[in-house]
Amino acid sequence: MSRALRIGSLGLALCLALPGCQGVQSALDPAGHQAGRIAGLWWLFLGVLAVVYLVVLAGLLIAASRPRRRGVLPNGPSFAREERIERRLTGGLTAWAVGTGAIILTLTGLSYAVDRDILGLTDKAELEIEVTAKQWWWQVKYNDPVPSRSFETANEIRLPVGVPVRIVLKSQDVIHSFWVPNLHGKTDLIPGRVNETTLVADREGRFRGQCAEFCGFQHANMALDVVAMPRDRFDAWRESQLSPAAAPADDLARQGQQVFLSAACVMCHTIHGTTAASRVGPDLTHVASRPSLAAGTLPYSKGNLAGWIADPQRIKPGNQMPITSLSPDQLQGVVAYLDSLK
Amino acid sequence: MTAGTDTAVVRRDGPGLGEAETNARLARSWATPPGLWGWLSTVDHKQVGRRYVVTAFTFFVLAGLLALAMRMQLAGPERTLLSPDRYNQIFTMHGTTMMFLFAVPMMEAFAIYLVPLMVGTRAIAFPRLNAFSYWVYLAGGIMLWVAFILNVGPDVGWFSYVPLAGPQYSPGKRVDFWAQMVTFTEVAALAVAVEIIVTVFKQRAPGMSLNRIPLFVWGQLVTSFMVVFAMPAVMVSSSMLIMDRLIGTHFFNPAEGGDALLWQHLFWFFGHPEVYIIFLPATGFVSSILPTFARRPIFGYTALVLALFATGFLGFGLWVHHMFATGLPHLGNSFYTAASMAIAIPSGIQIFCWIATLWDGRPRFATPLLFVIGFIVVFVLGGLSGIMLASVPLDSQVHDTYFVVAHFHYVLIGGAVFPLFGAFYYWFPKFTGRMLSERVGAWNFGLFFVGFNLAFFPMHILGLIGMPRRVYSYPAGVGWDELNLLATAGAVILAAGVATFVGNVWHSLKHGVSAGDNPWGAGTLEWATSSPPPSYNFTHIPVVTGQEPLWTLPQGLPAQGLPVVGGLRVDQRELLLTTVVDADPDLREPSPEPSIWPLLSALAVTALFIGSIFTPWAVVWGAIPLAVGLIGWFWPKSPPDTPEPVID
Amino acid sequence: MEKAPHFVTDLAHLPTSAHGPRSATWWGTLGFILIEGTGFALAAAAYFYLMGQPETWPPGQAPPDWLWGTAQLILMLASLLPNLWTDRVAHQEDLRKVRVGLVVMSAVGLLTLVVRAFEFGALNCRWDDNAYGSIVWVLLGLHATHLVTDIGDTLVLTALMFTRHVEPRRYTDVTDNCVYWNFVVLAWVPLWGLLYVVPRLV
Ligand code: HEA
Ligand code: HEA
Ligand code: HEC
Ligand code: CUA
Ligand SMILES: [Cu+2]
Repeated sequence: MSRALRIGSLGLALCLALPGCQGVQSALDPAGHQAGRIAGLWWLFLGVLAVVYLVVLAGLLIAASRPRRRGVLPNGPSFAREERIERRLTGGLTAWAVGTGAIILTLTGLSYAVDRDILGLTDKAELEIEVTAKQWWWQVKYNDPVPSRSFETANEIRLPVGVPVRIVLKSQDVIHSFWVPNLHGKTDLIPGRVNETTLVADREGRFRGQCAEFCGFQHANMALDVVAMPRDRFDAWRESQLSPAAAPADDLARQGQQVFLSAACVMCHTIHGTTAASRVGPDLTHVASRPSLAAGTLPYSKGNLAGWIADPQRIKPGNQMPITSLSPDQLQGVVAYLDSLK
Repeated sequence: MTAGTDTAVVRRDGPGLGEAETNARLARSWATPPGLWGWLSTVDHKQVGRRYVVTAFTFFVLAGLLALAMRMQLAGPERTLLSPDRYNQIFTMHGTTMMFLFAVPMMEAFAIYLVPLMVGTRAIAFPRLNAFSYWVYLAGGIMLWVAFILNVGPDVGWFSYVPLAGPQYSPGKRVDFWAQMVTFTEVAALAVAVEIIVTVFKQRAPGMSLNRIPLFVWGQLVTSFMVVFAMPAVMVSSSMLIMDRLIGTHFFNPAEGGDALLWQHLFWFFGHPEVYIIFLPATGFVSSILPTFARRPIFGYTALVLALFATGFLGFGLWVHHMFATGLPHLGNSFYTAASMAIAIPSGIQIFCWIATLWDGRPRFATPLLFVIGFIVVFVLGGLSGIMLASVPLDSQVHDTYFVVAHFHYVLIGGAVFPLFGAFYYWFPKFTGRMLSERVGAWNFGLFFVGFNLAFFPMHILGLIGMPRRVYSYPAGVGWDELNLLATAGAVILAAGVATFVGNVWHSLKHGVSAGDNPWGAGTLEWATSSPPPSYNFTHIPVVTGQEPLWTLPQGLPAQGLPVVGGLRVDQRELLLTTVVDADPDLREPSPEPSIWPLLSALAVTALFIGSIFTPWAVVWGAIPLAVGLIGWFWPKSPPDTPEPVID
Repeated sequence: MEKAPHFVTDLAHLPTSAHGPRSATWWGTLGFILIEGTGFALAAAAYFYLMGQPETWPPGQAPPDWLWGTAQLILMLASLLPNLWTDRVAHQEDLRKVRVGLVVMSAVGLLTLVVRAFEFGALNCRWDDNAYGSIVWVLLGLHATHLVTDIGDTLVLTALMFTRHVEPRRYTDVTDNCVYWNFVVLAWVPLWGLLYVVPRLV
């Protein structure tokens, strides 16, 4: 058996044995209708093409090692082409080409069918989320026909299980790509254009999405969290997001709010219910309710929040949030305040 | 009629002039002057070809070292060996160098060296243009690498998508150097393509009718046509990019009626054919090596030629498969799925013919054949993953992930670098007169093959389980750690394979076994002359009577036994031109002498291109030295030669 | 030791220069025409692509004025006559007539450059206005580059024909130059339509 094949099957075995294929960011661990259809198509392609590959390898092996009819001539090659053999080989060639044609026609057809099926979901969407990509984070708007029932968050998408959701994709700067492998394939966000995709989660869970088009310095740290939850919990979450930010509950937080509103922070961020209303950076109204910070760079925790605000450039070099020099006290206050924004 | 008394006869090759005398006179007419001046002014296609090979290989090693740096950074999660800025420059330089400065020029290099020999002529068509193309290519490569070393290397990926590469998001000069590098290399590639086309059309030895052209030459011919139709696209797009960046045009600016996808269409209209521009010459290597070591003429010559045409033709109809995620209409995308998959038919036909040749032959497993077998094993896997990518739904998942990285290294390294190493082992004796060590060759192959698969197979899985490409680091706990470590280990073994090769060359250049004219008992014309070939390639132009002229010789005759034609001048550089289809002798045309002007013109072009990065006026004032260079180049050196001696 | 080679034909009688597809340079010229023709085609495709973006075309500008572009068209088409004549007399290797032809073609060439300068002035847009302006300037500029190179070539060739360098191969240079001028003229016809007619049609 050829080495490539051995390594191949080893790799495959490895993948199946490790938690690998069952990842939070794996196309082979579908949690949505589209990802499921695509994964099915994938295994089908893999099966068919693996057989093709085995046939080629077997042919090669036989060709290289079969016993020869004649001994090696001492004086160079045999020039005569034997008519009989040429004819046989030509027959084989024709069959091979026809077979190849048949296989690719089938695969094209299957691929097309799956594509149609996936697209069929587009019209069924019940909710609309507008995702705008920015270097290097995601602005997420839940649009509602009633403007006051629209709200904004960042780097996080929550979905009700079983409900198809239309995702409107825009970019403010360069091209990015929206990709949540467990749910669906990717679609680019292109400045000057509006794209669309549909997501539907078949089961509860937390998935990781990541920007898939190179978008500069921090392309690597432009992830997002997708949380699929039952409808009722989703609705509750939605209500909570509609409310303005909680007022600071203690002195430390109150002092932190003051710092936030008087320091540079206010020039870039929005916190509903306060005077902070800039849209350069993520909306922080409910920042403490998010699973992660800075587009999936850090899991959310009070410590990480403090670390981020103290030096965002060390954690995510080159990102668009500058260092704001705060005294330890001020920092403590800001962190306490933001951490209270559930 | 005795030599010496009748000048009309001695100035031509023919029965009247002894072989030693003919060779001496040809050597004088075709010699490159000695010393530095000669080195700078040579127009000998073998010297230029050798330079191309060495330069392109140097770029391969440099880009390979960058790849090692990337693999070190990615060996584990959240490593900090490279900063994001460095990493972005490094992967861009790696891809750009491999594609523009290694793969394409390397294939051109072999064409420049071998096509004239294989078609049995004394020189390439337009040898000065050829010398010029090399200097331009070298200048472009040096410019890019100097910029990289000075920390102004491009950092937007080898296809420089706008608007990221545009004036707003990539201020500074980084992307300008990238765009001008494209211009340099494309000028060189287009020049070489025209030379190859004309060499093949007009300079084939008498009797080399279309059905006797070696498959390698067919491959290079189809490739050259692809260059002619594909490269203008990237010239147009990179010029638009540089104008957007430097003089404020708005081709890609959506705010002023431009469009980001225009770039992608133009780039991939070039970019997809580009991969076949790399692959088709490599199939020529395979079709040359296989018959020699299978000891049997190739099976399915006509089918293989048609497959080349089909691939070349289809290759222009599927660029959109790189853009499936951009949100283009799905109906159109399905067309590109079908067109992409259709390439499997010609590719499959090629694979079949090669295996059939091996099957019906009596193979000798020398190193070149090992690499050809490695090629089949690796390339077919890469081709099949290409079929997966061609499916719109599957691609929507794996696009821009390590699955694609795996695909293209399987087809690029499998489809081009494996055959290339085979070609090195196969033609090294012709280029240098010495054999490479077969024992080291086996090690070279083994390390390369094992290392390659270890490095790149895991990437398929990485892509499927979510790892995007072009990330300088990745978080722990997503499940990518082990496979990345494996890939890094593979890359190290692969590098050891490359190092083995370099060592083999180093040693064999001095101590290799002497090769003789035709060490492998091969059948094509390049083996009918000495190793390395003399400056004039052949003492007499051979007459071709079959696909493998040396094999169709009457048994027992050495290569010198080929029938030949006489009557070409030996006191001057003269070529035999033949008709396009039948290769009937038609004309004797002079071939240019060495000249410094190609180098000077290339320097002028370099000043113009690099200057234009800093001011658009460079195009205007740079045109003046360029015009001087070109006039010097084409101005006849001496008054017309004394009229040709009359023939009685 | 030395074996006599097996000569089958003597080619000494073959001519050493020929016009058209028999010569290598003609094929080289054709190769570059293919390359440049592809460049034109792609730039034209980009024009149509960009035309599909905004609502109006040209976006808020007047289309280029008719006058100079059309004068250019007429001038170029007319120049085909002396060009074809030069081609013919070069085939006949008639030095005196070739000189006349080349001088005329040089003059015509310089004249087209002058007209081209006026064309740029009458485009009614700047390259940095918007994408329409950019593509219009690039198309016209691309063609102007071809004018410049071809005229440069013609001038040098004309000079050569008045020196001692006249030999049979020079005449094939002249015919190749004529072929190239035909290409430059023929390329202008669709470009003219694109620049001057299309914006008035949409
Ligand atoms: C030498 C280079 C080379 C070659 C030969 C190929 C060959 C093919 N490639 Fe690949 N490709 C690249 C180099 C190459 N590619 C590169 C560099 C990129 C990425 C660029 C980037 O993004 O940076 C890329 C990306 C790429 C994409 C875009 C992926 C993405 O970005 O999402 C696609 C999609 O369709 C694709 C498809 C194909 C197909 C269908 C073939 C076919 O030609 C393959 C045909 C061959 C076979 C199929 C095997 C032999 C046939 C048989 C054994 C017969 C039996 C087969 C069947 C029945 C199926 N390639
Ligand atoms: C022909 C083309 C080609 C070749 C041969 C290679 C070869 C290799 N490539 Fe490359 N690769 C590309 C073309 C190619 N690549 C392209 C186009 C991209 C996309 C870029 C982009 O996204 O823009 C890419 C991207 C790419 C990536 C993805 C980067 C990313 O997305 O972040 C990776 C990651 O592992 C990688 C790895 C490698 C490795 C390990 C090799 C190895 O095979 C390299 C082997 C060679 C060596 C290791 C050199 C060894 C030298 C020595 C040992 C020294 C010898 C000694 C002396 C001379 C003294 N490549
Ligand atoms: C110049 C603009 C700017 C200023 C000033 C600024 N930020 Fe930010 N902030 C950003 C941007 C942009 C991001 C997103 C960074 C990323 O993920 O790439 C961000 C991210 C954050 C996040 C993480 C949000 C999330 O959803 O992950 C927090 C918390 C934050 N900023 C708090 C602050 C505080 C506190 C201050 C003041 C001390 C501040 N910012 C000042 C622009 C700014
Ligand atoms: Cu955004 Cu990559
Ligand atoms: Cu492609």
